[in-house]
Amino acid sequence: MNFEDLKKFFFKKPKNALEGTDEAAPQEAPSTEAVIPEKLAEKCEKCGKIILSDEMRENCGVCPKCGYYKKLNARERIEICAEQFEELFGEETSENILDFPGYDEKLAALREKTGERDGAVCGRATIGGVECAVFSMDYRFMMGSMGHTVGEKITKTFEYATENRLPVVGFVLSGGARMQEGIVSLMQMAKTSAAVAKHSEAGLLYISVLTDPTTGGVSASFAFESDVIMAEKGALIGFAGPRVIEQTIRQKLPEGFQRAEFLQKKGFVDLIVERKEMKEKLASLLKIHCMEADA
Amino acid sequence: MNAYEIVMKSREKGRPTAMQYIEKIVEGFIELHGDRRFADDAAVIGGVGFIEGKPVTVIGIEKGTDTKAKIEHNFGCAHPEGYRKAMRLMKEAEKFHRPVLCLVDTSGAYCGIGAEERGQSEAIANSIMEMIRLRTPTLSIIIGEGGSGGALGLSAADEVWITETATYSVISPEGCASILWKDSGKVAQACESLKLTANDLLALRAVEKVLPELQFSDEFFVGLKAEIAQFFAQKRGVAPDRLIEERYERFRKF
Repeated sequence: MNFEDLKKFFFKKPKNALEGTDEAAPQEAPSTEAVIPEKLAEKCEKCGKIILSDEMRENCGVCPKCGYYKKLNARERIEICAEQFEELFGEETSENILDFPGYDEKLAALREKTGERDGAVCGRATIGGVECAVFSMDYRFMMGSMGHTVGEKITKTFEYATENRLPVVGFVLSGGARMQEGIVSLMQMAKTSAAVAKHSEAGLLYISVLTDPTTGGVSASFAFESDVIMAEKGALIGFAGPRVIEQTIRQKLPEGFQRAEFLQKKGFVDLIVERKEMKEKLASLLKIHCMEADA
Repeated sequence: MNAYEIVMKSREKGRPTAMQYIEKIVEGFIELHGDRRFADDAAVIGGVGFIEGKPVTVIGIEKGTDTKAKIEHNFGCAHPEGYRKAMRLMKEAEKFHRPVLCLVDTSGAYCGIGAEERGQSEAIANSIMEMIRLRTPTLSIIIGEGGSGGALGLSAADEVWITETATYSVISPEGCASILWKDSGKVAQACESLKLTANDLLALRAVEKVLPELQFSDEFFVGLKAEIAQFFAQKRGVAPDRLIEERYERFRKF
């Protein structure tokens, strides 16, 4: 460990500086749950270097050695972007609608492991002082796949936002529709889209933040129905997954294909942001849009 | 027939394609081409005509009947242009207060470099969103395969009907077996588990009506035409706001 690392370890920067703003820290809501570090150090999935967990956390899950973006779970994502968050619709839960083999066990195991009921966390938040509704998807829950619960919570978030005249910020992460709920999962694409349409017709702002990965049925519904499409640097975004495409066309895909930068070049992403500047960018966009809407 | 046999039947050679439905059901059909942006996707055919004397817009996913036609129509796998063409035709129908009939038959939207480059996700997402708030009556009929998002892109309608040996599924049984069980031998099991047959879909309220196929005889098409005409006649007097509200509730229940 070199001196710089040691210095970072012993002299931690105040949190708001790491969120990319030097302004007075917005009054942070006291966290309802004490954060207990599970481990002191972890290995970067990309470069394999050992990083102090505190440092990784303070760096928003970006490896300080190689810049690799570690996946954030739904709550971590909200935490780095919002100064206040109050969860809604937390009681929603899935059941094995189709009696799909092995699904009950899978759900039970994931609930036990993650402490979440399903793959999306929703609620009301404040980002840069602007009140909004948010949803955030969780990679730990079958890679954020959308079944009834995820679709229902996101739909309710849009309905809540329409009723309360709030903008929506959606942190998208999903491999697509959840196979184990069959046609019911597919219908979530239409259900969420209908709620997005209503929210939009009420003249309200929806910003989708596409994170790694955003594919399949989720990508082909609310991910691409927003007013502003933001993507996290390097995120994989596409309709079909790269492996499926390679198998279909029987050729290797070019470097960088379906990455956020590629999509921006092709005209499908408004802006690409680094994780550390995400909060600031969201806050600015919210301010610009919400001021105009009220003028 | 078990679910696997139905899946095979839904893909069977000789099954009538969208174009054949149009020939049998629509009078004076005029095909309209292109998405006005990039190209004309032959996997999606669309146009205007009459059903029992009333104007209608018809959009179908066409698989093609012989090898040459299949290649030309890309086996019914649409590119983004196909969905954008459908959206354009739907908006045109809305302007002239014409109902829209969609005939769905696809294994899925096309997976390929060009499709991704031109925003397959964005095209399907917006097709769903536009269709769901279209201020004119809409009816989708699944006539063969209803493959995932590629089918849903043209199925966000007031009602969805299905012929008795057609299927509608979130993923192909082959995809499900290989992704979930890493075993391509489990396709038959996937067919059962996905609950993708017409009767399963009716029980799950994903479709409103199962149409007996009568070996796709003339009787089938005559009956179908009458049912479609009747459906649109019922919807004709309904205010657009109510249409949209009822459509919202149709999908909200899931």
